[in-house]
Amino acid sequence: MNLHAVKAIYKFEMSRTWRTLFQSIATPVMTTSLYFVVFGSAIGSRMGDVSGVSYGAFIVPGLIMLTVLMESVSNGSFGIYMPKFAGTIYELLSAPVGLTETLLGYTGAAATKSVILGLVILATARVFVPFGIEHPFWMMAFLVLTSVTFALLGFLIGIWADSWEKIQIVPMMVVTPLTFLGGSFYSISMLPDVWQKITLFNPVVYLVNGFRWSFYGQSDVNVVLSFSMTLAFLLLCLAVVSWMFRTGYKLKN
Amino acid sequence: MNVLTVSGVSKTYATGFHALKSVDLEIRRGEIFALLGPNGAGKTTLINIICGIVTASTGTITADGHDHVRDFRKARAAIGLVPQELTTDMFETVWNTMAFSRGLFGKPPDDSVLEKVLRDLSLWEKKDAKIMTLSGGMKRRVMIGKALSHEPSILFLDEPSAGVDVELRRDMWQMVRGLRERGVTIILTTHYIEEAEEMADRIGVINKGQLILVEEKNALMRKLGKKQLTLSLAQPMASIPPALAALPLELQKEGMELIYSFDTQTHDTGIAPLLRKLQEAGIEFKDLHTAESSLEEIFVNLVRSGATNDTTGARR
Repeated sequence: MNLHAVKAIYKFEMSRTWRTLFQSIATPVMTTSLYFVVFGSAIGSRMGDVSGVSYGAFIVPGLIMLTVLMESVSNGSFGIYMPKFAGTIYELLSAPVGLTETLLGYTGAAATKSVILGLVILATARVFVPFGIEHPFWMMAFLVLTSVTFALLGFLIGIWADSWEKIQIVPMMVVTPLTFLGGSFYSISMLPDVWQKITLFNPVVYLVNGFRWSFYGQSDVNVVLSFSMTLAFLLLCLAVVSWMFRTGYKLKN
Repeated sequence: MNVLTVSGVSKTYATGFHALKSVDLEIRRGEIFALLGPNGAGKTTLINIICGIVTASTGTITADGHDHVRDFRKARAAIGLVPQELTTDMFETVWNTMAFSRGLFGKPPDDSVLEKVLRDLSLWEKKDAKIMTLSGGMKRRVMIGKALSHEPSILFLDEPSAGVDVELRRDMWQMVRGLRERGVTIILTTHYIEEAEEMADRIGVINKGQLILVEEKNALMRKLGKKQLTLSLAQPMASIPPALAALPLELQKEGMELIYSFDTQTHDTGIAPLLRKLQEAGIEFKDLHTAESSLEEIFVNLVRSGATNDTTGARR
């Protein structure tokens, strides 16, 4: 394996993050703060506790996930779409790197950014509502796993997309609805029976619930199942990306 | 010894366009090889296949002793590519983009190498400038710098002087020669025949996806080049006198110029006997000069004859 290439890609991608720090970190932090003001303080104060956790605290893990998912997908796709768009992809294609180096570099950097972001939002949330974290190790594990998985999904979208519209449309039309319907703002036990069943096909439900369990020790779905489903989704994305690389799909003709 | 071997490489695009038809090519270590051909002949396709950007339909390639599919990491690490289009990371600095390229091609960071490359390309003062602030010629040099940042043993220059001014072109030729002296093998494609004539050791001509000729430049010039002696006459001549009819002569400029064509390969050019015969026939001349056909004329003739021979060649 070409470790120097992994380092070069990672460093290069991270330098973009630092260069666009305000946009990268400040914007999501501000958006999340608004959510807390509206849902946590204004509306949350009129709502009862959800399974013994105050509503404001209940939505913290969901809100972090919401942003982490969106940012992972958009960073993951941007990292590979930008060189495609600018034409600099020629260098990557002609370089002595394979799937491993490319993924470690690009999705590694995108996931790092998401993890940092998640932690920043966590700290921001603490300013608005008091909460504790029961399983800090699992909290980090879920955060990292989610960031990596969705950065990979973003990478896949970045390869597939051939216009900026397509880059935008998947996060907007797929990831956002899945996240909102994934129990970020409610417990799925609040849903009618039919919808409780349907919602189990939404991968985000497992992410949000696993993550919430690491905070408050309770979850709508089994935590092991949560973790396994997330892992399964990661492997699925990996399989698709490696197929793309093997066939040169939208990269080589 | 060959540094690059291409055997039986062909490419058919998904559209059915047959871009390359079984190309065989051997590049010797340390030479400058010029690949000439009209637009759409397959020059860039061939380069992109060798560099791994396009997948070949058939054939094998060995670069620096490594198979370019089975052992692609080693094969590609030996190659540097300067593509035709000016594509750069606009928002990056020159230094960062160079450091990125070096790492990407598997070399540990080494500031002294990058510094040398930048100084050679007169870009050192611009190392901290964002690429978007540079002129077109500078961007082209940045791209060359990126390709050289990992010290490749084979360098591909795809149309290096497209959109580059005369002075910079001269500088670039100088730099390419310098690289060759350090043992780098250079393969360039060009529209400017002058460029190939100036620099190349060997020349390959590609047309409609076929490599129709590979030859030492000098041999090619000798073999296909014609030399002409032009005599400006003192008095116009209506026709060539019978005494000279056997010689390859023709009249031009309303009888004011007599053109004598001869072969550059033979030692006996026949000029001395011609001049004697002119004197005997009482033909006086004011001036004379000889001219050699340029590579451009040779190239145009080759491509034209190739076009008439090959009527099956599909074009996009």
